[in-house]
Order: sequence, then structure tokens, then C-alpha cells
Amino acid sequence: MISRLGKLLPDKLARLAGLGVLAFIVMAAFAPLIAPQDPAATDLFRRLQPPAWLDEGDWAFPLGCDALGRDILSRIIFGARVSIFIGVVVVLLATVIGVMAGLAAGYLRGATDRLISGLVDVLLGFPYLIFAVGLMAMMGPGVLNMVLALAYKEWVVPCRLVRGETLAARETEYVEAARAMGASSLSIMVGEILPNILSPVIVVGTVRIAQVIILEASLSFLGLGVQPPTASWGSMVADGRAFILDAWWVSTFPGLAILLLVLCINVASQAVRDALDPRFHD
Amino acid sequence: MTPVLLLQRVGHLVPVLLGVTVIVFLMMSLTPGDPAEIMLANQNATPAQVAMLRHDMGLDRPLMERFVSFVGHALQGDFGQSLFHRRPVATVIMERLPATIELSVAAMAFALLVSIPLGVMAAVYRGGVLDRLATVGALLGVSLPGFWFGILMLIGFAVNLRWLPVSGAIDFAAQPPGITGLMVVDSMLALRGDSLMNALAHLVLPAITLGLPMAAILMRVTRASMLEVLRQDYITFAEAKGLGRGRIIALHALKNGLLPTVTVAAMETGSLLGGNMVVETVFGWPGLGRLVVESIFVRNYPLVQAAVLLYAVTYVVVNFLADLLYTVLNPRVRM
Repeated sequence: MISRLGKLLPDKLARLAGLGVLAFIVMAAFAPLIAPQDPAATDLFRRLQPPAWLDEGDWAFPLGCDALGRDILSRIIFGARVSIFIGVVVVLLATVIGVMAGLAAGYLRGATDRLISGLVDVLLGFPYLIFAVGLMAMMGPGVLNMVLALAYKEWVVPCRLVRGETLAARETEYVEAARAMGASSLSIMVGEILPNILSPVIVVGTVRIAQVIILEASLSFLGLGVQPPTASWGSMVADGRAFILDAWWVSTFPGLAILLLVLCINVASQAVRDALDPRFHD
Repeated sequence: MTPVLLLQRVGHLVPVLLGVTVIVFLMMSLTPGDPAEIMLANQNATPAQVAMLRHDMGLDRPLMERFVSFVGHALQGDFGQSLFHRRPVATVIMERLPATIELSVAAMAFALLVSIPLGVMAAVYRGGVLDRLATVGALLGVSLPGFWFGILMLIGFAVNLRWLPVSGAIDFAAQPPGITGLMVVDSMLALRGDSLMNALAHLVLPAITLGLPMAAILMRVTRASMLEVLRQDYITFAEAKGLGRGRIIALHALKNGLLPTVTVAAMETGSLLGGNMVVETVFGWPGLGRLVVESIFVRNYPLVQAAVLLYAVTYVVVNFLADLLYTVLNPRVRM
């Protein structure tokens, strides 16, 4: 795997995208050190102050200020924490649940498979955003509720993948050999099958982080996600909607941050897929 | 497809629909606290009024009994009263549904009209400038947050250039007599050119915003599928026979190459339904998606519940039809 990941290096675009993702992670991790201002500090004298390169701009507030006079750049830097945290935590949580459920359904089959596959079919019956909106409407806004609302459906993605891979793997010779040696179902699933099907799970996981980040931003945009004063890119775009006539920068820059991060993840994950999946090598 | 096979497929649909209904019903139970109290918060309701609402919503009955009653009423199109509108939930939803259908159809049409020619051209001229541009465009399309793209379009085309309207489905003065509730169709039925142009102008920006991610996905699917088809022996044979490139693509390759596009288009309806909520909010579109978002903030739970169920049932049925369509179109699956 390491040698395959090394093959990413010659691809300039993938390298650039990887560096982009890394930059966003560093920005999120060291937000208090990097942000030029306090993201929650309001200053009504700086209300809707334009970016530094425009008239009335100020380099202490490079991307301008929002309707409460808060520094947009600092809020974008702190907002990266929310997006990356929710993207990674939801996908990790969903992957753990989905892998366990998929392994059980694919290996044990029978009633376990029918139960898990039935639940998966039902959850697939909901458009993702609508399911999340319905849950958030009932549970109320907040980071924890958002993680739960997204993970409730997200686990279906790795589950279906792992179930399919496990169904194929359980008929292979190495699994039969382990079974003949008296290994338990649990040790076969975790010790034999899981390491062999991990590559596609990682590939799908990286792609899904990008999708979850967009969903989080959409929920926050609708006012159902992270609540003020915590900075979130989606809610920052929503805040700027009322001022598009005379303060375009309030909505534009946070949206640009979402686009850049999601684009970097998508490009990087495509390269990870090419490196890990032998079918793409030729 | 034999009638037995069709019945089998319909048989698979029933448990999924039942499961979807159970989950939508249980969503209400997730509400922390008493839904009746939450719905009447800040309205100076007396304990007796809260108790009356709790009784009306059936919250004082056992869960199983409530579920049976919920399903029974839902089958008759009865989802209770919308407290906010003081009218039945079903009536309020039906008023907003045509606008959402109109926007979804326009977005789907935009996605198909853009993705199919681009996908085919990208495959035919593989590795060329157009292919690269289309690939970059597809990547941007799936990475763009719809709500932000919508706002950028508003800033560019509605606020700065003033080419298109900022919000709504039609100007008040241009409204045609309501027949179907679909502004474009009603304008045509009333033979009113001014209304039609007005309705179309309102539709452009929301339809592009909603359809763009779908166009990106369909473009990739069409390109991949056409590349696969163009490698087939029968295409090589047609070339060997001396048929022109355009004729081969139009008569032989497109028929098989567009099969996955049609199926994926039907399956992607889910993203359209979800995207509706966001796009309708950005453009002030008077549809169901915006109604749901508004209803959440006034804690109009019965309406949210009914709308989520409607979206889910629509999605399940559309996916089922897409599956059938694929079976009918693809002889290998039919066997």
C-alpha cells in the first residue's frame, strides 16, 4: 500500500490537491494561532467592511467583515474546524458501523443478512439531505445532533460495499482454509476478510468526506446545523444572502472555502483510488 | 418482463415503503420533550390547550396504536392539521407541490440537455480539449455547494446584469389563471406569451443551480458508457463497412451508450429532491422544499413529517420505475 501511495507523487494535480487538504487541516488545527482576529468579536463600526484591496478596506481584515463587523477570514479559518471535524467524524463513525454490519451480513448471511439488508434498503429509500433535515428538525440543531443525523444514513454506504466484498471473499480459498483450521466466524471476518477488503473502504471513505462536508454546509445554510456564534461555512454563506446587493464578499469567500476543500478532497481521493485499486492500474 | 416478475418486484417494494413509513413516524418520537408543548411554545398556551393538542395528535395513545392510525390516515391522504396554516397538511402540501415539480422537471431537462451532448463529445474526442474541459467541469459540478453557486448566479445575473429575476416563480402581474399550478403549463394553456416568458425567466437560475450537480454526474456516466460502447466489435464492424463517424454514433452507439445515463438520471432524482430544499430557499421559490424549511422553524411537525414521507415515497417509486426501465431497455437483464 505504501509503495502504491508513493505512486501518487508523480501526479502534480493530486500532489497539489493533497497539499491543499493538508493546508486546510493545519488551518483548522492551529486556527487560534493563524486567525488574525477573534472570530466572534463584533465591531459595528466595521459592519460590512469590504476586502482589503477595495476602497475602505483594511489589511487587518483581509477578506472584509460581515454584518456584525466580524472578520471573515478569521471565521473561515475557524469554520474549517467544524467542516473537517464533522466530515471526518461522520465518515469514521459510519465506516466502523458499516464495516461491522457489512461483514456480518455478508459472512453470516441468513436472517442477519436479511435484517441488515432490509434496513439498508429502507434507509436508501430516503434522499440523503431530506433524511438529515427531517432528523435535525426533530432533534434540534447542534454539532452532536448533526453528526448523528448524518451518520444514521452514512453507514449504509460502507455497509453495502463491505457486504458485497465479503460475499465474494467468503468463497475464496484463504477463507475456506481458515475455516478448515477451525477459526471462529469473528476471527475470519476480522482477521482474514477485513484486511483484504480495506482498500475500497478507504477509497470510498475519502470520497464520502467531501460529500458529508457539503451536506453539513447545506444543513448549516438552512439554519439547521451549527448555531451562532460558532463559525460554520454554510451559515456564513446564509448570513451573507441578505447583503448580496451591496456586500458580495460576505457569502462569496466562505463558499469559496467549501469549494476549494471539497475539490481538493475529490481530486486527492481520485488519486488514492487509482493507487489502491488494482483495476485502475492499467 | 413477465407479470410474475413484475409482481415479485412490486412485492419487494411493499416492505421498503412500510419501513420508510415506520422511520418517518419514529422521527417524531425523537423530538426531545413533548412535541405538543414545543409546538405551542411562545404562544401563551394553557396546559388545557397543550393537552388538547396532545390528544388531537394522538400523543396520549400507545405508540403502536398511533402508528396504525398514522398509516391508516396517511393512506387516505390525511396528515392532520397544519397549526400554522390552520388548514389540512395535505391541502397545504398540494398547493406547493406543482412549483417543486416544475423546478425539478426543468432541472432534469437542463441536466440531460447539457450532459448527453458533452458526454458523447468527450468520449468521441477522448483526450482532446473538450474532453479535458468536460472532465474539469464535471469535477467542479460535483464539488460546488449548490446554495453558494445559486447565490453567485444571483449576484451575477440578477443583481449586477439584471438579466433575470431575483426570486419567486412568476411576477404577480403576469400570473396566468391557475389550472395545473405549473406556471409554464398554465401560461401556455391560457395562450399568454408574456406569462410564459416571465415564468421561464424565473425558472432559468434555479433550474441551472439544481441541475448542475446532476449534469456533472450524468456527463461522467455518458462519457464512460460511450467509451465502452465505442470499443465494441459491432462499432468496429460498422466502421469497416465504411459508415460515417456521425452515422455510427447516432444510429449504433447512442442507443446502447445512453442506457446507463437514463437509469442514473432516474436514480439521481433523490439528489434533485434534496437539492430542492436548498435551491428553493436561495431563490425564494414557492415550492414544497421551502415550505418544509419554513415549517421546521415554526415547529410545524405534522407538515414536516408528511413532506418527508412524500419525498421518500416518491424517491422509492422513481427508483423502482428506473429499475423497471433498465430491465425493459436492457435485453441482457430481461433474460
